[in-house]
Amino acid sequence: MGDIQAAFSLAANLILSGDADLFEIVGLSLSVSVTAVAIACAIGMTLGAVVAVTRFPGRGAIIVLLNALMGLPPVVVGLAVYLMLSRAGPLGVLGLLYTPTAMIIAQTILVTPVVAALTRQVVEDLHREYDEALKSLGVRGLGLVRTLLWDARYSLITVALAGFGRAVAEVGAVIIVGGNIDHLTRMMTTAIALETSKGNLALALGLGIVLVGISLVVNGAVSGLGGVAGRSRNV
Amino acid sequence: MFRRWLHLVGLGLLVSCSAATAADRGFIIVQSTTSTQNSGLFDAILPKFREKTGIEVRVVAVGTGQALKNGRNGDGDVLLVHARAAEDRFVADGFGIERQDVMYNDFVIIGPPDDPAGITGGRDAPAALAGIAGAEAPFVSRGDNSGTHIKERALWRAAGIDPSGSSGAWYREAGSGMGATLNTAVGMGAYTLTDRATWIGFGNRRDFKVLVEGDKRLFNPYGVILVNPTRHPHVNAVGGRAFISWLTGSEGQAAIAAYTVSDIQLFYPSSK
Repeated sequence: MGDIQAAFSLAANLILSGDADLFEIVGLSLSVSVTAVAIACAIGMTLGAVVAVTRFPGRGAIIVLLNALMGLPPVVVGLAVYLMLSRAGPLGVLGLLYTPTAMIIAQTILVTPVVAALTRQVVEDLHREYDEALKSLGVRGLGLVRTLLWDARYSLITVALAGFGRAVAEVGAVIIVGGNIDHLTRMMTTAIALETSKGNLALALGLGIVLVGISLVVNGAVSGLGGVAGRSRNV
Repeated sequence: MFRRWLHLVGLGLLVSCSAATAADRGFIIVQSTTSTQNSGLFDAILPKFREKTGIEVRVVAVGTGQALKNGRNGDGDVLLVHARAAEDRFVADGFGIERQDVMYNDFVIIGPPDDPAGITGGRDAPAALAGIAGAEAPFVSRGDNSGTHIKERALWRAAGIDPSGSSGAWYREAGSGMGATLNTAVGMGAYTLTDRATWIGFGNRRDFKVLVEGDKRLFNPYGVILVNPTRHPHVNAVGGRAFISWLTGSEGQAAIAAYTVSDIQLFYPSSK
């Protein structure tokens, strides 16, 4: 179909011509999503590892909850964050609605359960495997959490990438709390939604191709780094 | 690395907080309709306003219903919307002040070239809708309480038909913005009501055409309202009033009149 061919040539043109608007929205998409994933990893990996190594009443329910929250609908998160940040909401005085910070908050909420639930599984498996050895070394408490997280770091890179994938691809939350404002909160996904609604389907698909390309580059770069480090460890 | 990101977030928080406390901040938030954004009007006229005043206009484009709701919550300084009765209620309830006419164009009914309901060339919009209902030909409704949706429901009432009973059959409620609804209508070979500006600026028309136009009931006036700074003290009333007086003044009105797509004027100035 004509639109699909046109999309590929438009995508190539946008990248090769160094389109300033494109680089601006790509930059915003990356900085918002990477920031959200970094915060989500700090919270989610700690939470996941703590749940993995501790035993307490209601732990099973917490695990089910974390797993279920991986399926949080972005539009619901967007709405909830909107209600919090709206001038009529409890955090309205901060004036954060329609800013990149609002989008970071929404994406952090979306990504944290994904990171926490996957980390919990990874760390729990590792803990089971090395439980005796760690006990004989007297590793306990926070030290245990830190050791397991460090030993699981290559798996956790994949966890972080899963979180990044969720963040960079979603549109439902950021379009509500960011408002898709040109040169301020317009990102890849909201730009695609806008061009689709203008009927510029080839351009919208072209932007989609660019987004997939960015995701490939990020994943390739990270797994390249991880691969190099993993090999040197095994030597 | 991580600390730097954290820093960035902190900085972001700080900047937005300090920006929020100053009511005369250098930008205003305009809650507007998808039709004004999708048609490209803002891209054409806002740089002129910025050049003149230095005030940045941040446009949040949503349906009129949502724009009014956001305005009630104080999430914006100015509204530019098109649903006169709802606008007057907004002002009467004390959420907005100083409503003024800005511009107008008209709605049209578009549809597939084979026109199964046979409404081509009609000038009576309710009669055309009655024809669509009679033929049970697919019709896509915005279904989102937008200005266009409010107009559409008024036209159905004028036709004496309640299409909601056929929802999911020939009457299909998209619950989406104007552009997404047009994509849906074109995709399923259906009729729909659209403002003319979005239709002319729309890139995915295929062979669909304007079938019904020229009924005075299809009049589509846009109004501008300042969100009431007494009710919401953080409203940038200085910037908002500057924007409204520019938009309704000679320069803004000339900029609106000068905006064309494919040599067709999309909006007509109407400020007195």
